[in-house]
Amino acid sequence: MIENNTREKEEKELSGNSRRDFLKKSSVITAIALTPVAAVKASDLKLDEKLSDAIEQMPLSIEINGQQHNLKVEPRTTLLDLLRERLKLTGTKKGCDQGQCGACTVHIDGVRALSCLQLAVMNDGAKITTIEGLSDGDKLHPMQEAFIKHDGFQCGYCTPGQIMSAVACIHEGHANSETEIREFMSGNICRCGAYANIVNAIKEVKEGGAI
Amino acid sequence: MNNFQYKRVSSPAAAIAELSKDPAAKLVAGGTNLIDLMKYGVMAPDKLVDVNHLSFDAIKKEERSLYIGATVRNAVAAGNADVLKYQPLLSQAMLAGASAQLRNKATMGGNLLQRTRCGYFYDISAPCNKRVPGSGCAALEGYNRMHAIFGASSSCIAVNPSDMNVALTALDATILVSGPKGDRKIPVSEFHRLPGTHPELDTTLDRKEIITGLVIPDNNFAAHTTYLKVRDRISYAFALISVAVAIDLDGTAIRDIRLAMGGVAHKPWRLTEAEQLLKGKQATVENFKMAAELAMKGAKAYEHNAFKLKLAPNTMIQALKTASGVKA
Repeated sequence: MIENNTREKEEKELSGNSRRDFLKKSSVITAIALTPVAAVKASDLKLDEKLSDAIEQMPLSIEINGQQHNLKVEPRTTLLDLLRERLKLTGTKKGCDQGQCGACTVHIDGVRALSCLQLAVMNDGAKITTIEGLSDGDKLHPMQEAFIKHDGFQCGYCTPGQIMSAVACIHEGHANSETEIREFMSGNICRCGAYANIVNAIKEVKEGGAI
Repeated sequence: MNNFQYKRVSSPAAAIAELSKDPAAKLVAGGTNLIDLMKYGVMAPDKLVDVNHLSFDAIKKEERSLYIGATVRNAVAAGNADVLKYQPLLSQAMLAGASAQLRNKATMGGNLLQRTRCGYFYDISAPCNKRVPGSGCAALEGYNRMHAIFGASSSCIAVNPSDMNVALTALDATILVSGPKGDRKIPVSEFHRLPGTHPELDTTLDRKEIITGLVIPDNNFAAHTTYLKVRDRISYAFALISVAVAIDLDGTAIRDIRLAMGGVAHKPWRLTEAEQLLKGKQATVENFKMAAELAMKGAKAYEHNAFKLKLAPNTMIQALKTASGVKA
């Protein structure tokens, strides 16, 4: 509820933001290439006080777990930091933050990717699903159920990334044997070594045909 | 990460214009290599030009070749029906690289430009001629287990980390580029370069040019291809040695053959002399051993990578056996 309030407040602050509209009018969206003419125009529109802000922030329209967000972000903000620090969706974990561990795996337009190596601004218009968006309300996703049943984790830190990757692994058609599952799940590292149980969980969901 | 300007372009001309007016600008597509390097402080472009929206995302079988656009994702290319049918070696090599998540974002153009994984290149406290020209090479006297055995110089002994590039080199791909002076085609063998005295340059691509796609000529190799990658763990690791083999086999006779090695040089290492030796010969283990011996001519190891002098020919022989179906 607190999260929702924060989000609503943020979006309210941004709604009717004419600076965003102004930037949108440019055929090439840019944070910097405000020509002198454009700057004067901005000034005429009483946008000058917000001009410096516009230089540092980019508009970002992004759907996360079915909810539309209209935000402004610094270009160097990663998708992972946007999710965790800004939107308080802390289910997606920051492990190595360098694309080596898979803990930050999310689905971008239905495809699994590492959110730590994605700039948020590169995902304008994208639909993101995080571990928070996987369950149907209180009803867990079959993969979440299977991880619990098969004890597919110990400390749990890699688990959200493992589960997001596992769901995609089945959707991609890469879960047809234990060998194939291990190969196509190799981008998700588990330091506790729960691999055997993770493979069993994925096999069961695949064989059950629930997803 | 340094602060930078971000610009999204919708035409190749706009991308070229951005590169032309700003020497410190870099293109970004998948981001899987560049964003990582920016986090380490290895690269600090002052402008990122997002080329994800350029329309280079097609794979097309043409009359005598296969075209793959620069922004096609590695996972898409690896699973594409035409790639699997006409150039399965490329698919095998791409699936041997990175992880499913990374392949979903990494592009053909980006992988061609993938930078070395030399630990000293990544360590900004260490000298590295590739990162800071003239600063020295820490790998020469350092921990050089992953490093080159062919074509290195006293300036740099790093290796090209890409699996895809090894397959493209074996398959005689041509890289299509576009720049302020127009379009040109670069044979992949001339695209990546040896370090010489300028290891800061990985490729012969001009700073103002963009990759628009690549073309692989048709061949008769599809039935006998192998990409064998030897690494410290069975998946999701860079190659110690990798070998790409493509054979046009007539019974047990080798009509034509392509061989390239990865993990051994600053560029994918084409084994032309070994190809010449095997062409027209019988596919036998004896001939494979002779070819492997020839392929290793001129190899030079450093303190920690002498094992590659043995691993490389052994990997090559095994890959040739697998591709040809010769058992003993």
